[in-house]
Amino acid sequence: MASTIHCDIVSAEAEIFSGSAAMVVVPGEEGDLGIAPRHAPLLTRLRPGQVRVLLPEGGEEFYFISGGLLEIQPHVVTVLSDTAQRAGDLDEAAALKAKEEAEKAIADRSAGMEVAQAQAQLAQAMAQLAALERFRKQLKR
Amino acid sequence: MSGSKEIVGKIKSVQNTRKVTRALEMVSASKIRKAQDMMLASRPYARMMRQVIGHLAHANLENPHPFTVDRDEVKRVGYIVIATDRGLCGGLNNNMFRQLLGEFRAWQEQGVEVTTVIIGRKAAQFFRRLKVNISATTQDLGERPRLEDLIGVIKVVLDDFREERLDRLHLCYNRFINTMSQKVTVEQLLPLPPSEDEGLKQYWDYLYEPAAEELLDDFLTRYIESVVYQATLENLASEHAARMVAMKSASDNASNLIDDLRLVYNKARQAAITQEISEIVGGAAAVS
Repeated sequence: MASTIHCDIVSAEAEIFSGSAAMVVVPGEEGDLGIAPRHAPLLTRLRPGQVRVLLPEGGEEFYFISGGLLEIQPHVVTVLSDTAQRAGDLDEAAALKAKEEAEKAIADRSAGMEVAQAQAQLAQAMAQLAALERFRKQLKR
Repeated sequence: MSGSKEIVGKIKSVQNTRKVTRALEMVSASKIRKAQDMMLASRPYARMMRQVIGHLAHANLENPHPFTVDRDEVKRVGYIVIATDRGLCGGLNNNMFRQLLGEFRAWQEQGVEVTTVIIGRKAAQFFRRLKVNISATTQDLGERPRLEDLIGVIKVVLDDFREERLDRLHLCYNRFINTMSQKVTVEQLLPLPPSEDEGLKQYWDYLYEPAAEELLDDFLTRYIESVVYQATLENLASEHAARMVAMKSASDNASNLIDDLRLVYNKARQAAITQEISEIVGGAAAVS
């Protein structure tokens, strides 16, 4: 018992991993964390990256997560993984789109519909491009 | 004989209708399973979230998060309405809308403004015709709704709540009980009703990285998202179940109709044959 720690990796859409581990390595927002059994209770945010689970019987498993939250208790690690890439302006774009769709729904379904839809798609595409660019810059560093 | 031809045509058309309803019924029957599986798959996340938030709430933060504080005066309420994208699912949507209209009226009589956020095309079509504010919608979630599709609408309401444009937020969807019954459910989402978590008697506090307030906000947002996502899945399962039942009764009705029409057809045919024979016999008798 003492040499293993229970690890759950879940996302809103599925359970990804559940089992015991000798150690779990996660990409914490303020640096990577290696979590061994009896770690102090901790809450933190995760960056997009790799979660490495060292299995007690040797061997390891990798999971990619696109950010999320982490909870540690002495014998349980819970990785609450995001399903989508989250960034302030990506969320903002989604919110805008939802608002736009509402206006569209109220106004009328004829004529302007395709234009509004195209605009929403454009906005989304642009937001994604921006995110990509940032991602590239990070890689260069 | 002209009558019988018409009847044959009618039988054909009803048979075609029955083919369609049968197919829809079977498609829905198989989709219920998938929707239920998704519901189950998303449960651990919501459960873990609830636990962590329970812990956080017990960790005695100095200034409680706005999502957890009851406001003295309720002037504006929000509803997240989750309905289906497609019709042909019996009274599923209409039952929900009827109940909602009752609630909206009750609020409006108290002078409270009602704002809705809509997920699903049917609800958008319905509420567009009414004098209800719609602040955001999303449609066409398909068979596998993704959390991504919901982030936008949820952000809109959460921002409204943060900036006090809403004082209370409800979530409305069809809870999936079993294949035969779905229940219209209206839950209060914000402010978060206090959780009565047991087994948290021992008090420890976490190390926070970064500050607790910031993290709590993240956790609560994710939590609300997962609750709404789960409700969407429940509604999807309900939709398929309701459609299956509706289509089954439609197929049964079509079968009855076909039986009746066939009876009429046979009678007409028999009458025509009898008439023909009697004409021949009559003719033969006249000749001899």
